[in-house]
Amino acid sequence: MNAPAYNFAYLDEQTKRMIRRAILKAIAIPGYQVPFASREMPMPYGWGTGGVQVTAAILGPQDVLKVIDQGSDDTTNAISIRKFFAKTAGVATTTATDEATVVQTRHRIPETALNANQVLVYQVPIPEPLRFLEPRETETRRMHALAEYGLMHVKLYEDIARFGHIATAYAYPVKVNARYVMDPSPTPKFDNPKMDNCPALQLFGAGREKRIYAIPPYTQVVSLDFEDHPFEPYRFNAPCALCGAENSYLDEIVTDDKGGRMFVCSDTDYCEGRQAAGHHGALSAAPYKEKAQEASNG
Amino acid sequence: MADQNLGENDEPLLVAKSLSKSFGRIAACRDVSFSLYPGEVLAIVGESGSGKSTLLQMLSGQLAASAGHVSYRMRDGVTRDLATLGEAERRLLFRTDWGFVHQDPAQGLRMAVSAGANVGERLMAVGWNHYGRLRETASDWLTRVEIDIARIDDAPRTYSGGMRQRLQIARNLVTEPRLVFMDEPTGGLDVSVQARLLDLLRSLVAELHLAVIIVTHDLAVARLLSHRVMVMKGGLVIETGLTDQVLDDPREPYTQLLVSSILPP
Repeated sequence: MNAPAYNFAYLDEQTKRMIRRAILKAIAIPGYQVPFASREMPMPYGWGTGGVQVTAAILGPQDVLKVIDQGSDDTTNAISIRKFFAKTAGVATTTATDEATVVQTRHRIPETALNANQVLVYQVPIPEPLRFLEPRETETRRMHALAEYGLMHVKLYEDIARFGHIATAYAYPVKVNARYVMDPSPTPKFDNPKMDNCPALQLFGAGREKRIYAIPPYTQVVSLDFEDHPFEPYRFNAPCALCGAENSYLDEIVTDDKGGRMFVCSDTDYCEGRQAAGHHGALSAAPYKEKAQEASNG
Repeated sequence: MADQNLGENDEPLLVAKSLSKSFGRIAACRDVSFSLYPGEVLAIVGESGSGKSTLLQMLSGQLAASAGHVSYRMRDGVTRDLATLGEAERRLLFRTDWGFVHQDPAQGLRMAVSAGANVGERLMAVGWNHYGRLRETASDWLTRVEIDIARIDDAPRTYSGGMRQRLQIARNLVTEPRLVFMDEPTGGLDVSVQARLLDLLRSLVAELHLAVIIVTHDLAVARLLSHRVMVMKGGLVIETGLTDQVLDDPREPYTQLLVSSILPP
Protein backbone atom coordinates (compact mmCIF):
# COMPACT_ATOMS: atom_id res chain seq x y z
CA MET A 1 0.00 0.00 0.00
CA ASN A 2 2.73 2.36 0.95
CA ALA A 3 5.19 0.90 -1.55
CA PRO A 4 7.78 3.55 -2.41
CA ALA A 5 7.26 5.09 -5.81
CA TYR A 6 11.01 5.41 -6.30
CA ASN A 7 14.03 3.20 -5.91
CA PHE A 8 16.01 3.95 -2.77
CA ALA A 9 17.52 7.43 -3.13
CA TYR A 10 15.68 8.09 -6.41
CA LEU A 11 18.28 6.75 -8.89
CA ASP A 12 18.06 3.18 -10.17
CA GLU A 13 20.75 0.75 -9.08
CA GLN A 14 22.50 0.59 -12.46
CA THR A 15 22.91 4.34 -12.51
CA LYS A 16 24.23 4.35 -8.96
CA ARG A 17 26.70 1.66 -9.93
CA MET A 18 27.92 3.75 -12.84
CA ILE A 19 28.32 6.78 -10.57
CA ARG A 20 30.11 4.74 -7.90
CA ARG A 21 32.58 3.53 -10.51
CA ALA A 22 33.30 7.12 -11.46
CA ILE A 23 33.69 8.00 -7.78
CA LEU A 24 36.14 5.14 -7.21
CA LYS A 25 38.20 6.23 -10.17
CA ALA A 26 38.12 9.82 -8.95
CA ILE A 27 39.37 8.73 -5.53
CA ALA A 28 42.13 6.70 -7.16
CA ILE A 29 43.34 9.75 -9.10
CA PRO A 30 42.95 12.68 -6.70
CA GLY A 31 41.88 15.87 -8.45
CA TYR A 32 41.31 14.25 -11.84
CA GLN A 33 37.96 14.97 -13.48
CA VAL A 34 36.25 11.68 -14.30
CA PRO A 35 33.50 11.88 -16.93
CA PHE A 36 30.25 10.17 -16.02
CA ALA A 37 26.85 9.71 -17.63
CA SER A 38 25.06 12.43 -15.69
CA ARG A 39 21.29 11.90 -15.49
CA GLU A 40 18.40 14.29 -15.67
CA MET A 41 17.39 15.07 -12.12
CA PRO A 42 14.05 16.53 -11.00
CA MET A 43 15.64 19.95 -10.56
CA PRO A 44 17.25 22.49 -12.89
CA TYR A 45 20.95 22.45 -13.75
CA GLY A 46 22.80 24.76 -11.44
CA TRP A 47 20.76 23.69 -8.44
CA GLY A 48 23.04 20.84 -7.51
CA THR A 49 22.23 18.04 -9.96
CA GLY A 50 25.82 16.79 -9.74
CA GLY A 51 25.94 16.84 -5.96
CA VAL A 52 22.55 15.16 -5.70
CA GLN A 53 23.64 12.31 -7.97
CA VAL A 54 26.82 11.76 -5.97
CA THR A 55 24.87 11.83 -2.72
CA ALA A 56 22.28 9.42 -4.11
CA ALA A 57 25.02 7.01 -5.13
CA ILE A 58 26.78 6.94 -1.75
CA LEU A 59 23.77 7.18 0.57
CA GLY A 60 22.89 4.15 2.68
CA PRO A 61 19.83 3.64 4.92
CA GLN A 62 21.90 4.32 8.06
CA ASP A 63 23.30 7.62 6.86
CA VAL A 64 22.43 10.95 8.37
CA LEU A 65 22.28 13.70 5.78
CA LYS A 66 22.99 17.40 6.13
CA VAL A 67 22.59 19.81 3.24
CA ILE A 68 23.97 23.33 3.25
CA ASP A 69 23.73 26.12 0.73
CA GLN A 70 26.25 28.95 1.18
CA GLY A 71 26.75 27.66 4.72
CA SER A 72 23.07 27.83 5.54
CA ASP A 73 20.81 24.89 6.40
CA ASP A 74 17.59 26.80 5.83
CA THR A 75 17.67 28.17 2.30
CA THR A 76 15.30 26.86 -0.37
CA ASN A 77 17.95 24.79 -2.09
CA ALA A 78 19.19 23.15 1.11
CA ILE A 79 15.71 22.41 2.41
CA SER A 80 14.41 20.97 -0.84
CA ILE A 81 17.40 18.65 -1.32
CA ARG A 82 17.15 17.51 2.29
CA LYS A 83 13.43 16.83 1.83
CA PHE A 84 14.12 15.09 -1.46
CA PHE A 85 16.33 12.50 0.20
CA ALA A 86 14.14 12.21 3.28
CA LYS A 87 11.33 11.29 0.91
CA THR A 88 13.10 9.09 -1.62
CA ALA A 89 15.59 7.38 0.71
CA GLY A 90 13.91 7.75 4.07
CA VAL A 91 17.25 8.67 5.65
CA ALA A 92 17.54 10.74 8.78
CA THR A 93 18.45 14.37 8.20
CA THR A 94 20.10 16.84 10.48
CA THR A 95 21.44 20.36 10.52
CA ALA A 96 24.21 19.60 13.01
CA THR A 97 27.54 19.05 11.27
CA ASP A 98 28.89 16.59 13.83
CA GLU A 99 25.79 14.36 13.64
CA ALA A 100 25.88 14.02 9.86
CA THR A 101 27.64 11.25 7.96
CA VAL A 102 27.04 12.79 4.54
CA VAL A 103 27.14 16.55 4.06
CA GLN A 104 26.11 17.92 0.68
CA THR A 105 27.28 21.47 0.25
CA ARG A 106 27.06 24.37 -2.11
CA HIS A 107 29.83 26.98 -1.81
CA ARG A 108 31.01 26.32 1.75
CA ILE A 109 32.88 23.89 3.96
CA PRO A 110 31.39 23.69 7.49
CA GLU A 111 33.31 25.51 10.24
CA THR A 112 33.15 22.47 12.50
CA ALA A 113 36.08 20.22 11.64
CA LEU A 114 35.02 17.12 9.73
CA ASN A 115 35.94 13.62 10.86
CA ALA A 116 36.92 10.40 9.12
CA ASN A 117 33.36 9.01 9.23
CA GLN A 118 32.00 11.82 7.13
CA VAL A 119 31.76 12.46 3.40
CA LEU A 120 31.54 16.00 2.04
CA VAL A 121 29.76 16.25 -1.33
CA TYR A 122 30.24 19.47 -3.27
CA GLN A 123 27.92 20.83 -5.93
CA VAL A 124 30.11 22.07 -8.77
CA PRO A 125 28.96 24.42 -11.53
CA ILE A 126 32.21 24.49 -13.58
CA PRO A 127 34.73 21.76 -12.83
CA GLU A 128 37.44 22.97 -15.20
CA PRO A 129 39.80 25.47 -13.50
CA LEU A 130 41.35 26.45 -16.83
CA ARG A 131 38.02 27.06 -18.58
CA PHE A 132 38.11 30.84 -18.78
CA LEU A 133 41.76 30.92 -19.82
CA GLU A 134 41.63 28.17 -22.42
CA PRO A 135 38.18 27.57 -23.87
CA ARG A 136 39.09 24.40 -25.79
CA GLU A 137 38.24 21.33 -23.73
CA THR A 138 40.57 19.16 -25.86
CA GLU A 139 43.41 21.51 -24.98
CA THR A 140 42.64 21.74 -21.25
CA ARG A 141 42.52 17.93 -21.01
CA ARG A 142 45.90 17.75 -22.65
CA MET A 143 47.23 20.37 -20.25
CA HIS A 144 46.00 18.32 -17.30
CA ALA A 145 47.49 15.17 -18.77
CA LEU A 146 50.90 16.81 -19.19
CA ALA A 147 50.63 18.83 -15.96
CA GLU A 148 51.11 22.08 -17.89
CA TYR A 149 49.79 24.54 -15.38
CA GLY A 150 51.64 27.74 -16.28
CA LEU A 151 48.36 29.18 -17.48
CA MET A 152 46.85 29.03 -14.01
CA HIS A 153 49.55 31.39 -12.82
CA VAL A 154 48.72 33.72 -15.70
CA LYS A 155 45.36 34.26 -14.04
CA LEU A 156 46.97 35.00 -10.68
CA TYR A 157 49.49 37.30 -12.41
CA GLU A 158 46.59 39.20 -13.98
CA ASP A 159 45.00 39.62 -10.57
CA ILE A 160 48.13 41.14 -9.08
CA ALA A 161 48.77 43.33 -12.13
CA ARG A 162 45.24 44.69 -11.96
CA PHE A 163 44.48 44.85 -8.24
CA GLY A 164 47.86 44.68 -6.54
CA HIS A 165 47.03 41.39 -4.84
CA ILE A 166 45.53 38.03 -5.77
CA ALA A 167 41.93 39.12 -5.99
CA THR A 168 40.45 35.71 -6.71
CA ALA A 169 38.19 35.31 -3.69
CA TYR A 170 36.34 32.10 -4.52
CA ALA A 171 36.97 29.03 -6.69
CA TYR A 172 40.62 29.59 -5.85
CA PRO A 173 42.69 26.99 -7.76
CA VAL A 174 44.42 24.28 -5.75
CA LYS A 175 46.92 21.57 -6.57
CA VAL A 176 45.87 18.17 -5.25
CA ASN A 177 48.43 15.58 -4.22
CA ALA A 178 51.13 17.57 -6.04
CA ARG A 179 49.66 16.61 -9.41
CA TYR A 180 46.29 17.88 -10.65
CA VAL A 181 45.15 21.48 -10.49
CA MET A 182 41.55 21.49 -9.37
CA ASP A 183 38.70 23.95 -9.01
CA PRO A 184 37.41 23.60 -5.43
CA SER A 185 33.94 24.73 -6.65
CA PRO A 186 32.94 28.29 -5.76
CA THR A 187 33.87 28.02 -2.09
CA PRO A 188 35.47 31.15 -0.62
CA LYS A 189 39.25 30.89 -0.48
CA PHE A 190 38.84 31.11 3.30
CA ASP A 191 37.84 27.44 3.10
CA ASN A 192 40.82 26.28 1.03
CA PRO A 193 43.04 25.38 4.02
CA LYS A 194 40.26 23.12 5.35
CA MET A 195 40.60 20.87 2.31
CA ASP A 196 44.24 20.14 3.02
CA ASN A 197 44.84 16.92 4.91
CA CYS A 198 41.13 16.66 5.73
CA PRO A 199 40.09 13.40 7.46
CA ALA A 200 36.78 13.31 5.57
CA LEU A 201 36.39 12.11 1.99
CA GLN A 202 35.56 15.01 -0.35
CA LEU A 203 33.58 14.33 -3.52
CA PHE A 204 32.76 16.85 -6.22
CA GLY A 205 29.87 16.39 -8.64
CA ALA A 206 29.18 18.56 -11.69
CA GLY A 207 25.86 17.50 -13.24
CA ARG A 208 25.69 19.71 -16.29
CA GLU A 209 29.35 19.22 -17.12
CA LYS A 210 29.15 15.48 -16.37
CA ARG A 211 32.29 15.31 -14.24
CA ILE A 212 33.11 13.82 -10.85
CA TYR A 213 36.35 14.42 -8.97
CA ALA A 214 37.53 13.72 -5.47
CA ILE A 215 40.00 14.42 -2.69
CA PRO A 216 40.65 11.27 -0.65
CA PRO A 217 41.08 11.64 3.12
CA TYR A 218 44.39 13.04 4.31
CA THR A 219 45.48 14.32 0.90
CA GLN A 220 47.72 17.32 0.39
CA VAL A 221 45.85 20.27 -1.11
CA VAL A 222 47.91 23.37 -1.86
CA SER A 223 46.49 26.72 -2.97
CA LEU A 224 48.49 28.13 -5.89
CA ASP A 225 50.35 31.39 -5.35
CA PHE A 226 53.52 33.36 -6.06
CA GLU A 227 56.57 33.34 -3.81
CA ASP A 228 56.28 37.09 -3.28
CA HIS A 229 52.46 37.04 -3.14
CA PRO A 230 51.61 34.04 -0.94
CA PHE A 231 48.11 32.63 -0.58
CA GLU A 232 46.07 34.32 2.13
CA PRO A 233 42.58 33.31 3.21
CA TYR A 234 40.20 36.25 3.29
CA ARG A 235 37.78 37.12 6.05
CA PHE A 236 35.90 40.32 6.89
CA ASN A 237 37.69 41.92 9.80
CA ALA A 238 34.85 41.75 12.33
CA PRO A 239 33.35 39.35 14.87
CA CYS A 240 30.05 37.69 14.07
CA ALA A 241 27.26 40.04 15.14
CA LEU A 242 25.19 37.18 16.52
CA CYS A 243 27.64 34.78 18.13
CA GLY A 244 30.78 36.87 18.39
CA ALA A 245 32.96 34.32 16.56
CA GLU A 246 36.32 35.76 15.51
CA ASN A 247 37.44 32.93 13.26
CA SER A 248 34.45 31.96 11.14
CA TYR A 249 33.64 32.99 7.57
CA LEU A 250 31.22 35.93 7.58
CA ASP A 251 28.39 37.03 5.34
CA GLU A 252 27.84 40.73 4.95
CA ILE A 253 24.19 41.68 5.40
CA VAL A 254 23.00 45.13 4.43
CA THR A 255 20.51 46.31 7.04
CA ASP A 256 19.33 49.67 5.70
CA ASP A 257 19.89 52.11 2.85
CA LYS A 258 22.25 54.34 4.86
CA GLY A 259 25.27 52.09 4.72
CA GLY A 260 24.31 50.01 7.76
CA ARG A 261 25.51 46.43 7.67
CA MET A 262 26.11 43.49 9.90
CA PHE A 263 28.47 40.57 9.62
CA VAL A 264 27.20 37.14 10.61
CA CYS A 265 28.57 33.62 10.34
CA SER A 266 27.70 32.08 7.00
CA ASP A 267 27.61 28.67 8.69
CA THR A 268 24.23 28.80 10.46
CA ASP A 269 24.73 25.57 12.38
CA TYR A 270 28.04 26.78 13.79
CA CYS A 271 26.55 30.14 14.73
CA GLU A 272 23.49 28.62 16.42
CA GLY A 273 25.67 26.14 18.25
CA ARG A 274 27.81 28.91 19.62
CA GLN A 275 24.79 30.97 20.67
CA ALA A 276 23.30 27.98 22.44
CA ALA A 277 26.61 27.60 24.27
CA GLY A 278 26.23 31.16 25.57
CA HIS A 279 28.37 33.19 23.12
CA HIS A 280 26.80 36.45 22.10
CA GLY A 281 27.70 39.06 19.52
CA ALA A 282 26.88 42.78 19.49
CA LEU A 283 23.54 42.38 17.73
CA SER A 284 22.43 39.16 19.36
CA ALA A 285 18.77 39.03 20.41
CA ALA A 286 19.54 36.68 23.30
CA PRO A 287 19.59 39.30 26.11
CA TYR A 288 16.16 40.57 25.02
CA LYS A 289 14.83 37.04 24.89
CA GLU A 290 16.05 36.44 28.43
CA LYS A 291 14.43 39.66 29.64
CA ALA A 292 11.16 38.76 27.92
CA GLN A 293 11.33 35.33 29.53
CA GLU A 294 11.93 36.83 32.99
CA ALA A 295 9.07 39.29 32.51
CA SER A 296 6.64 36.54 31.56
CA ASN A 297 7.84 34.32 34.40
CA GLY A 298 7.68 37.14 36.95
CA MET B 1 80.14 15.32 -45.79
CA ALA B 2 79.97 16.20 -42.10
CA ASP B 3 83.33 16.62 -40.46
CA GLN B 4 83.65 14.90 -37.08
CA ASN B 5 85.91 17.58 -35.60
CA LEU B 6 83.56 20.49 -35.91
CA GLY B 7 82.76 22.85 -33.04
CA GLU B 8 79.40 23.32 -31.38
CA ASN B 9 78.25 25.96 -33.84
CA ASP B 10 79.29 23.99 -36.87
CA GLU B 11 76.91 21.15 -36.24
CA PRO B 12 73.48 21.64 -37.73
CA LEU B 13 70.69 22.62 -35.35
CA LEU B 14 67.92 21.19 -37.44
CA VAL B 15 68.12 18.68 -40.26
CA ALA B 16 65.26 17.83 -42.61
CA LYS B 17 65.62 14.69 -44.67
CA SER B 18 63.43 14.05 -47.72
CA LEU B 19 60.28 15.44 -46.07
CA SER B 20 57.05 14.77 -47.89
CA LYS B 21 53.45 15.34 -47.03
CA SER B 22 50.44 14.38 -49.05
CA PHE B 23 46.82 15.05 -48.29
CA GLY B 24 45.04 12.29 -50.15
CA ARG B 25 46.08 12.62 -53.77
CA ILE B 26 47.55 16.06 -53.29
CA ALA B 27 51.26 16.14 -52.62
CA ALA B 28 51.63 19.35 -50.61
CA CYS B 29 55.33 18.93 -50.07
CA ARG B 30 57.77 16.61 -51.82
CA ASP B 31 61.22 15.46 -50.86
CA VAL B 32 62.53 18.51 -49.02
CA SER B 33 65.99 18.20 -47.46
CA PHE B 34 68.16 20.84 -45.83
CA SER B 35 70.26 21.61 -42.76
CA LEU B 36 69.94 24.69 -40.60
CA TYR B 37 72.89 25.90 -38.54
CA PRO B 38 72.83 27.93 -35.32
CA GLY B 39 72.39 31.64 -36.01
CA GLU B 40 71.31 31.06 -39.57
CA VAL B 41 68.24 32.65 -41.11
CA LEU B 42 66.55 30.62 -43.80
CA ALA B 43 63.73 32.08 -45.85
CA ILE B 44 61.23 29.83 -47.59
CA VAL B 45 59.61 31.76 -50.41
CA GLY B 46 57.02 30.83 -52.95
CA GLU B 47 53.48 31.61 -54.01
CA SER B 48 50.34 30.59 -52.14
CA GLY B 49 49.80 26.85 -52.27
CA SER B 50 53.45 26.06 -52.91
CA GLY B 51 53.71 24.06 -49.69
CA LYS B 52 55.57 26.61 -47.56
CA SER B 53 53.23 26.49 -44.59
CA THR B 54 52.90 22.70 -44.73
CA LEU B 55 56.67 22.49 -44.63
CA LEU B 56 56.85 24.87 -41.68
CA GLN B 57 54.28 22.84 -39.77
CA MET B 58 56.22 19.65 -40.37
CA LEU B 59 59.49 21.25 -39.32
CA SER B 60 57.95 22.54 -36.10
CA GLY B 61 56.47 19.15 -35.27
CA GLN B 62 52.85 20.26 -35.55
CA LEU B 63 52.14 18.02 -38.51
CA ALA B 64 53.36 14.47 -39.01
CA ALA B 65 55.28 13.96 -42.25
CA SER B 66 54.09 11.30 -44.70
CA ALA B 67 57.72 10.42 -45.37
CA GLY B 68 61.12 11.61 -44.26
CA HIS B 69 62.06 13.02 -40.89
CA VAL B 70 63.22 16.09 -39.01
CA SER B 71 65.91 15.93 -36.36
CA TYR B 72 66.84 18.64 -33.92
CA ARG B 73 69.88 19.13 -31.73
CA MET B 74 68.48 19.60 -28.22
CA ARG B 75 70.03 21.86 -25.60
CA ASP B 76 71.91 18.92 -24.14
CA GLY B 77 73.68 18.46 -27.48
CA VAL B 78 71.88 15.26 -28.47
CA THR B 79 70.31 15.26 -31.92
CA ARG B 80 66.90 13.60 -31.87
CA ASP B 81 64.25 12.76 -34.41
CA LEU B 82 61.19 14.91 -33.72
CA ALA B 83 58.86 12.00 -34.44
CA THR B 84 60.33 10.02 -31.56
CA LEU B 85 59.73 12.78 -29.01
CA GLY B 86 56.82 12.27 -26.67
CA GLU B 87 54.10 14.87 -26.71
CA ALA B 88 55.22 16.31 -23.37
CA GLU B 89 58.79 16.71 -24.63
CA ARG B 90 57.63 18.22 -27.89
CA ARG B 91 55.45 20.74 -26.12
CA LEU B 92 58.24 21.62 -23.71
CA LEU B 93 60.59 22.12 -26.65
CA PHE B 94 57.97 24.28 -28.31
CA ARG B 95 57.68 26.67 -25.40
CA THR B 96 61.32 26.82 -24.34
CA ASP B 97 63.86 26.22 -27.08
CA TRP B 98 61.61 27.21 -29.97
CA GLY B 99 59.46 30.14 -30.87
CA PHE B 100 56.63 30.37 -33.34
CA VAL B 101 55.56 33.75 -34.68
CA HIS B 102 52.18 33.53 -36.39
CA GLN B 103 51.04 35.80 -39.16
CA ASP B 104 47.95 36.68 -37.15
CA PRO B 105 49.05 37.80 -33.67
CA ALA B 106 45.67 36.74 -32.28
CA GLN B 107 46.77 33.14 -32.85
CA GLY B 108 50.00 33.55 -30.95
CA LEU B 109 48.82 35.81 -28.15
CA ARG B 110 46.19 35.62 -25.46
CA MET B 111 44.22 38.62 -26.51
CA ALA B 112 42.30 38.99 -23.25
CA VAL B 113 45.18 38.95 -20.78
CA SER B 114 47.67 41.77 -20.24
CA ALA B 115 50.88 42.17 -22.23
CA GLY B 116 52.92 41.42 -19.12
CA ALA B 117 51.18 38.10 -18.58
CA ASN B 118 51.54 37.29 -22.28
CA VAL B 119 55.27 37.71 -22.04
CA GLY B 120 55.45 35.93 -18.69
CA GLU B 121 53.35 32.92 -19.65
CA ARG B 122 56.21 30.83 -21.02
CA LEU B 123 58.27 31.55 -17.93
CA MET B 124 55.41 30.56 -15.64
CA ALA B 125 55.03 27.39 -17.69
CA VAL B 126 58.60 26.42 -16.87
CA GLY B 127 58.04 27.08 -13.19
CA TRP B 128 58.82 30.75 -12.53
CA ASN B 129 56.94 31.53 -9.37
CA HIS B 130 57.99 35.05 -8.40
CA TYR B 131 55.75 37.90 -9.47
CA GLY B 132 58.40 40.60 -9.09
CA ARG B 133 60.93 38.81 -11.27
CA LEU B 134 58.30 37.95 -13.88
CA ARG B 135 57.29 41.56 -14.09
CA GLU B 136 60.85 42.76 -14.34
CA THR B 137 61.58 40.35 -17.18
CA ALA B 138 58.38 41.30 -18.95
CA SER B 139 59.17 45.04 -18.77
CA ASP B 140 62.66 44.35 -19.98
CA TRP B 141 61.35 42.52 -23.03
CA LEU B 142 58.71 45.11 -23.79
CA THR B 143 61.47 47.71 -23.87
CA ARG B 144 63.51 45.56 -26.20
CA VAL B 145 60.66 45.30 -28.68
CA GLU B 146 59.95 49.03 -28.35
CA ILE B 147 56.64 48.86 -26.52
CA ASP B 148 56.00 51.58 -23.94
CA ILE B 149 56.20 50.02 -20.44
CA ALA B 150 53.16 52.06 -19.46
CA ARG B 151 51.14 49.66 -21.63
CA ILE B 152 52.30 46.54 -19.74
CA ASP B 153 48.93 45.98 -18.08
CA ASP B 154 46.89 46.56 -21.22
CA ALA B 155 45.50 43.61 -23.13
CA PRO B 156 46.86 43.16 -26.68
CA ARG B 157 43.38 43.67 -28.08
CA THR B 158 43.92 47.36 -27.34
CA TYR B 159 47.20 47.31 -29.29
CA SER B 160 47.80 48.26 -32.91
CA GLY B 161 48.74 45.56 -35.43
CA GLY B 162 52.44 46.39 -35.32
CA MET B 163 52.52 46.42 -31.52
CA ARG B 164 50.74 43.08 -31.38
CA GLN B 165 53.31 41.56 -33.68
CA ARG B 166 56.16 42.96 -31.60
CA LEU B 167 54.51 41.65 -28.44
CA GLN B 168 54.23 38.24 -30.04
CA ILE B 169 57.94 38.33 -30.77
CA ALA B 170 58.76 39.29 -27.17
CA ARG B 171 56.52 36.50 -25.89
CA ASN B 172 58.43 34.00 -28.01
CA LEU B 173 61.91 35.21 -27.24
CA VAL B 174 61.55 35.47 -23.48
CA THR B 175 62.78 31.92 -22.86
CA GLU B 176 65.78 32.59 -25.09
CA PRO B 177 64.97 30.03 -27.75
CA ARG B 178 67.59 28.93 -30.24
CA LEU B 179 65.21 28.46 -33.15
CA VAL B 180 62.27 30.60 -34.16
CA PHE B 181 59.72 29.75 -36.84
CA MET B 182 58.00 32.68 -38.48
CA ASP B 183 54.98 32.43 -40.71
CA GLU B 184 54.63 35.66 -42.70
CA PRO B 185 55.43 37.85 -39.69
CA THR B 186 54.94 41.06 -41.63
CA GLY B 187 51.75 40.07 -43.43
CA GLY B 188 48.89 42.49 -42.95
CA LEU B 189 51.06 45.35 -41.69
CA ASP B 190 51.50 48.60 -43.54
CA VAL B 191 54.82 49.35 -45.16
CA SER B 192 56.32 51.70 -42.58
CA VAL B 193 55.36 49.37 -39.71
CA GLN B 194 56.80 46.46 -41.69
CA ALA B 195 60.09 48.27 -42.07
CA ARG B 196 60.34 48.92 -38.32
CA LEU B 197 59.45 45.34 -37.49
CA LEU B 198 62.04 43.98 -39.91
CA ASP B 199 64.63 46.29 -38.47
CA LEU B 200 63.81 45.07 -34.98
CA LEU B 201 63.85 41.43 -36.03
CA ARG B 202 67.17 41.83 -37.75
CA SER B 203 68.83 43.32 -34.68
CA LEU B 204 67.29 40.74 -32.32
CA VAL B 205 68.35 37.86 -34.53
CA ALA B 206 71.91 39.12 -34.61
CA GLU B 207 72.00 39.97 -30.92
CA LEU B 208 70.59 36.65 -29.70
CA HIS B 209 72.29 34.53 -32.35
CA LEU B 210 68.92 33.07 -33.32
CA ALA B 211 68.33 30.50 -35.99
CA VAL B 212 65.20 31.43 -37.91
CA ILE B 213 63.07 29.70 -40.48
CA ILE B 214 60.87 32.33 -42.02
CA VAL B 215 58.10 31.64 -44.47
CA THR B 216 57.19 34.58 -46.66
CA HIS B 217 55.91 35.45 -50.08
CA ASP B 218 57.55 38.85 -49.78
CA LEU B 219 60.98 38.75 -51.37
CA ALA B 220 61.93 42.03 -49.73
CA VAL B 221 61.56 40.38 -46.33
CA ALA B 222 63.70 37.49 -47.48
CA ARG B 223 66.36 39.85 -48.77
CA LEU B 224 66.49 41.90 -45.60
CA LEU B 225 66.49 39.11 -43.05
CA SER B 226 67.75 35.88 -44.46
CA HIS B 227 71.12 34.39 -45.23
CA ARG B 228 69.76 31.62 -47.38
CA VAL B 229 66.64 31.24 -49.50
CA MET B 230 64.66 28.21 -50.56
CA VAL B 231 62.23 28.76 -53.43
CA MET B 232 59.22 26.43 -53.49
CA LYS B 233 56.75 25.69 -56.23
CA GLY B 234 54.10 22.98 -56.33
CA GLY B 235 55.48 21.32 -53.20
CA LEU B 236 59.03 21.08 -54.53
CA VAL B 237 62.11 23.09 -53.66
CA ILE B 238 63.16 24.34 -57.07
CA GLU B 239 66.05 26.55 -56.12
CA THR B 240 68.13 27.13 -53.05
CA GLY B 241 71.19 29.18 -52.27
CA LEU B 242 72.53 32.33 -50.68
CA THR B 243 69.93 35.08 -50.60
CA ASP B 244 71.86 37.54 -52.76
CA GLN B 245 72.75 34.86 -55.23
CA VAL B 246 69.20 33.60 -55.65
CA LEU B 247 67.57 37.00 -55.75
CA ASP B 248 70.14 38.74 -57.93
CA ASP B 249 70.91 35.90 -60.25
CA PRO B 250 67.96 33.52 -60.30
CA ARG B 251 68.51 30.36 -62.24
CA GLU B 252 65.05 28.83 -62.50
CA PRO B 253 62.47 30.46 -64.77
CA TYR B 254 59.95 30.52 -61.92
CA THR B 255 62.38 32.31 -59.61
CA GLN B 256 63.17 34.76 -62.38
CA LEU B 257 59.46 35.43 -62.72
CA LEU B 258 59.12 35.86 -58.97
CA VAL B 259 62.02 38.28 -58.76
CA SER B 260 60.94 40.27 -61.77
CA SER B 261 57.42 40.62 -60.37
CA ILE B 262 58.69 42.97 -57.64
CA LEU B 263 58.01 46.54 -58.54
CA PRO B 264 61.21 48.55 -58.81
CA PRO B 265 61.56 50.94 -55.88
